[in-house]
Amino acid sequence: MLSIGLGHYLTLAAIIFTIGVVGIFLNRKNVIVILMSIELILLAVNINLVAFSIFINDLSGQIFTLFILTVAAAEAAIGLAIIVVYFRNSDTIRVEEIKNLKG
Amino acid sequence: MENFQYILPEIFISVSIMLFLLIGVFKKNSASLIYNISNISLVILLSLIINLSSLDSIYLFNNSYLIDNLSNYMKIMLVGSGIFVMLTGSKYIQVINLNKIEYPILILSSILGMMIMISSNDLIVFYMGLELQSLALYVLASFNRDNLLSTESGLKYFVLSALSSGLLLYGCSLTYGFSESTNFDQILINSTEFNYGTTFGIVFILVGLAFKISAVPFHMWAPDVYQGSPTSVTLFFAILPKIAALSVFIKFLYTPFANMNDQWQTIIVFISIASMIFGAVAAIGQKNLKRLIAYSSISHMGYALAGLSTVSNQGIQSSITYISIYLVMNLAFFSCLFMLKRNDKYYEDIEDLSGLSKKHPVLSFSLLIVLFSLAGIPPLAGFFAKFYVFLSVIEQSMYFLAIVGLLATVVAAFYYLRIIKIIYFDPEKEEYETSHNLGLKITLAISTIFILAYFMYPSGITEIVSKITMI
Repeated sequence: MLSIGLGHYLTLAAIIFTIGVVGIFLNRKNVIVILMSIELILLAVNINLVAFSIFINDLSGQIFTLFILTVAAAEAAIGLAIIVVYFRNSDTIRVEEIKNLKG
Repeated sequence: MENFQYILPEIFISVSIMLFLLIGVFKKNSASLIYNISNISLVILLSLIINLSSLDSIYLFNNSYLIDNLSNYMKIMLVGSGIFVMLTGSKYIQVINLNKIEYPILILSSILGMMIMISSNDLIVFYMGLELQSLALYVLASFNRDNLLSTESGLKYFVLSALSSGLLLYGCSLTYGFSESTNFDQILINSTEFNYGTTFGIVFILVGLAFKISAVPFHMWAPDVYQGSPTSVTLFFAILPKIAALSVFIKFLYTPFANMNDQWQTIIVFISIASMIFGAVAAIGQKNLKRLIAYSSISHMGYALAGLSTVSNQGIQSSITYISIYLVMNLAFFSCLFMLKRNDKYYEDIEDLSGLSKKHPVLSFSLLIVLFSLAGIPPLAGFFAKFYVFLSVIEQSMYFLAIVGLLATVVAAFYYLRIIKIIYFDPEKEEYETSHNLGLKITLAISTIFILAYFMYPSGITEIVSKITMI
């Protein structure tokens, strides 16, 4: 019978984290997808922290997770607000068309 | 309860932020009023911090908050430059119609976040401070919300900064897991033996911090954000987050990761060399002054990091001196930029400086001093900043870093001197307005005199900085 240890949780978190980072760089369609990728990264960190917190018997990892969840919500709100403001000015949120600033 | 006097500055600033929000809600047309009282509250904040600065190291809240010489010095620099940023930008935000109540309140909240970052002694407290700072900065970058470039710069800054926060957090989680604590001192005690988990943690945390300080290879947001945001916000971006991020760099490298310096030293040396070279080379073809100063700040961060890579107290002190002189030079440069105004329009291209010396001799002379100082030409302050860094680098026998740094200085001197040539020898253009507000004039005068007269009393800063010892 396979028992699930710390390594499994860390691997899962690493996979989700990689999906998030790759999602930001490969995505050429929509800024909303980038917002989702950022959420994925933060969730991967939360899995990591909770798993560590259980396996080393220390509560501060779970407290950290609560703080990260709160901040992630605030960050998503501000991100969406910025996207709305940008959309009003340019009528598009396609990633490949966001290139007015360059030198 | 008796410990509350030590965090009085933080309590004062957070209470005043909430008070100003209430005033803004209940009193109509109070934007200018709030702008002025926020500036006064920053002055009071500065005096509160100076009042605390004679004390020794104090640990608060279960050792999660540390007030010591480093944090006090950095906070004084931070709040002091915050005051000057508000003074210089006051006219600008009125002219381009940004004088809203949120503007000073956002600046105050990001200063609060930076103060928490600087004093933090725990991963959780550090993260909360960092996010308080970043969330306010996202909004500030896109503050000119009807302007396409400003909103685009806000969007880019948001995406890249959120990504860097994610990388940094992943590093924090690995560090927490493998050293079994979130407290910086406890991490130092627990991480005596080598393991891969903590090494990965260090790398991710350094990447995240390098994003915040805009060091190569994580610099790509800086030029866009500097160019797109309103100039007063660009000035804010060029100074305050750099001070906070640099002191966090010092904290991370020399408190929790002090035992692992053989692992992070190569990373810092690489980042520093890459920033110095890239910042110098990429700035050559630029046409926009704000974009140019972004590349220049990238290369300046390279020099500041060179001091950190030495693993010696002298190196840390030289970086701190470097960032102090860097902020004065940037204040002076942006004050000059705010003076390029004609018929309620601000000019920010290098061509707009053409022949400036004919009609504005004083302004051109200040620009000349600032640009020479940025290029590091003796006897101006910028030379001493670079001198201290190179001295400490050579003392640790890191000759390669010193030689690359010197060569990058030579390349960087080219584009600074080109601007001076355009100011003094190119055909002149229309005259700019000459009536400026008092705060702008005072800032330009103080910072130019500081740069000019630094060589007469160079021990002033070094004596204060020499109290900061980390090893």
